[in-house]
Amino acid sequence: MCGIAGLIHRGKSSNIGQEMTQMLQSMKHRGPDSTGFALYGNPSNSQYVIRFKVAEQDEMTTGFDIHRQVQEREELVEARMQEYGATIHKQEPATAYAHRYTFSFDGDLRRLADYIEDIDSVEILSIGHALELVKDLGDAAVVSEQYALGNFEGTHGIGHTRMATESDVDIRSAHPYWAYPFNDVSVVHNGQLTNYWTTRRELERRHHRFTSDCDSELIAVYIADRIDQGDELEEAMTRSINELDGVFTYLVATSDKLGMAKDVMGAKPMVLYEGDEFVGLASEEVAIRSVFPHEIDTWDPYSGEVKVWQV
Amino acid sequence: MASVEAHSKDKSHEMGLHAEQLTGRTQQRFFSATEEENYTYPWSYEVDIDNKAEFDAADLDIRAINLKIRELMKAGHGTITVKNPGAFHSLGVGILNRLNLNFEGSLGYFGCGLIDGPNVRISGRVGWSCAENMMAGTVVIEKNAGSLFGAAIRGGDLVCKGDAGARVGIDQKGGTIIVGGRVGAFTGFMMQRGRMIILGNADDNLGDSMYDGTIYVAGNIKSLGVDCVEGEMNDLDRQWLSAKLALYGMQAPNGVDNMKKLVSGKQLWNYDNLEPTEKKLVL
Repeated sequence: MCGIAGLIHRGKSSNIGQEMTQMLQSMKHRGPDSTGFALYGNPSNSQYVIRFKVAEQDEMTTGFDIHRQVQEREELVEARMQEYGATIHKQEPATAYAHRYTFSFDGDLRRLADYIEDIDSVEILSIGHALELVKDLGDAAVVSEQYALGNFEGTHGIGHTRMATESDVDIRSAHPYWAYPFNDVSVVHNGQLTNYWTTRRELERRHHRFTSDCDSELIAVYIADRIDQGDELEEAMTRSINELDGVFTYLVATSDKLGMAKDVMGAKPMVLYEGDEFVGLASEEVAIRSVFPHEIDTWDPYSGEVKVWQV
Repeated sequence: MASVEAHSKDKSHEMGLHAEQLTGRTQQRFFSATEEENYTYPWSYEVDIDNKAEFDAADLDIRAINLKIRELMKAGHGTITVKNPGAFHSLGVGILNRLNLNFEGSLGYFGCGLIDGPNVRISGRVGWSCAENMMAGTVVIEKNAGSLFGAAIRGGDLVCKGDAGARVGIDQKGGTIIVGGRVGAFTGFMMQRGRMIILGNADDNLGDSMYDGTIYVAGNIKSLGVDCVEGEMNDLDRQWLSAKLALYGMQAPNGVDNMKKLVSGKQLWNYDNLEPTEKKLVL
């Protein structure tokens, strides 16, 4: 089933970590397998934030010699970043297997990302000036507490609570997906794509990388491909309505925008509240009510509709 | 308490249940909470419409809210107001009783499903599948509705004064659905009977694969679905539309004279009897 949610504060910051946690926790019944957040803080033009993991959660309890290995992998990430000319300013362990670095870099981001991900079991969750992407197993309250998201200040964000159907219960199949290699672009999706493999093969032939077998990752890669070919975000999303087959509602966020797209059948839910200072979207109204308890007007966007909001 | 004995077999003959041939019987009866004879469930509660009660649902969960409604009915309250329903799912479901039920706020999914008899008013919005399989009574929503509004309803009046999502009245089997604003794609999909009034625009594939029933539209229609064709409005349609809309204080933006009437082309009705070449022509 899965639940997706997004919010955007126009012209101001707010405690979006707490707000997204409330929204996603209120939709726990739509899927408690894993929860993910793509939160956009106040952007720094001179520095990047990278979030990456060096192991899956379950490996930490079952993997042989895993604690030594994750330490080695992290050291290797650090070494490769420095080798490629990145200056690391701050290293913060979020968990034993997930890390957050702040760094400066002037070179080719795709090459740096490829070089890091060439390390066994290392996956970049996100790179961006504003984006911080966190995902792990468990419901929203568990993940939010684990990664200390309760006080995250920012302008907008998207999130996902997952009922695994098409792929495994692990972090690599959890949403959101970062639209590698474009910094600050993330995607969450509710639905099933029926032309996943044919479209994936086309995209792989154009050298796009996939880290999972989850059909939702295809949307992130598709959007990345369209941006790579010069599309604006809204243009790419509009094109996706006809080119992606299946039932879907998805949200995309960039450093200063939040967008939603709904398939032509309108088969997956989306409720929208659009105020002057705040826009909230979710699979269920109860999620919007968790941050806006007072009476508000909400509605379902049209089938085949694409909408994009600016911060 | 209403009793089964009060309703003999003669009554169902009198109502035309045995001889009915898709004539839309349910359209001919306007249910009212004061018409005791319409309620036949032996386990329905004896309630007094003038006996009013209200409670705040802010700190209650779904089950507790529904139980509270039943407790109040059992105590004889015929008018119940629920404050702060919080867009919770499955509220006000399975009520087989005469009752005036007011929700001050919004409902989530599956609100007021499977009801037979109550008059419900919701001041906010409703989520997907509102009043699914509703059998009788009225449900009036003051704001917008999600997709699958009135799925498979069999009777009664279901009214949304705002916009509604996709697949409004899918598999509708009777009753009337009224939407004050626009409706989404595949509205009236596989409609079997009953009537639908749309005062705004209709999205793609209106009335797709409808078997029977009638859809009236005041706004623009993006596209008609397979086997949905324009019918001819007559005086009976116009009188019925005016009377029905007046019941809920609504009116067609350009008058009922300018509404379009959509019916089944009946080409798919005997689909299995068609030759393969004819099937291709139909589709």
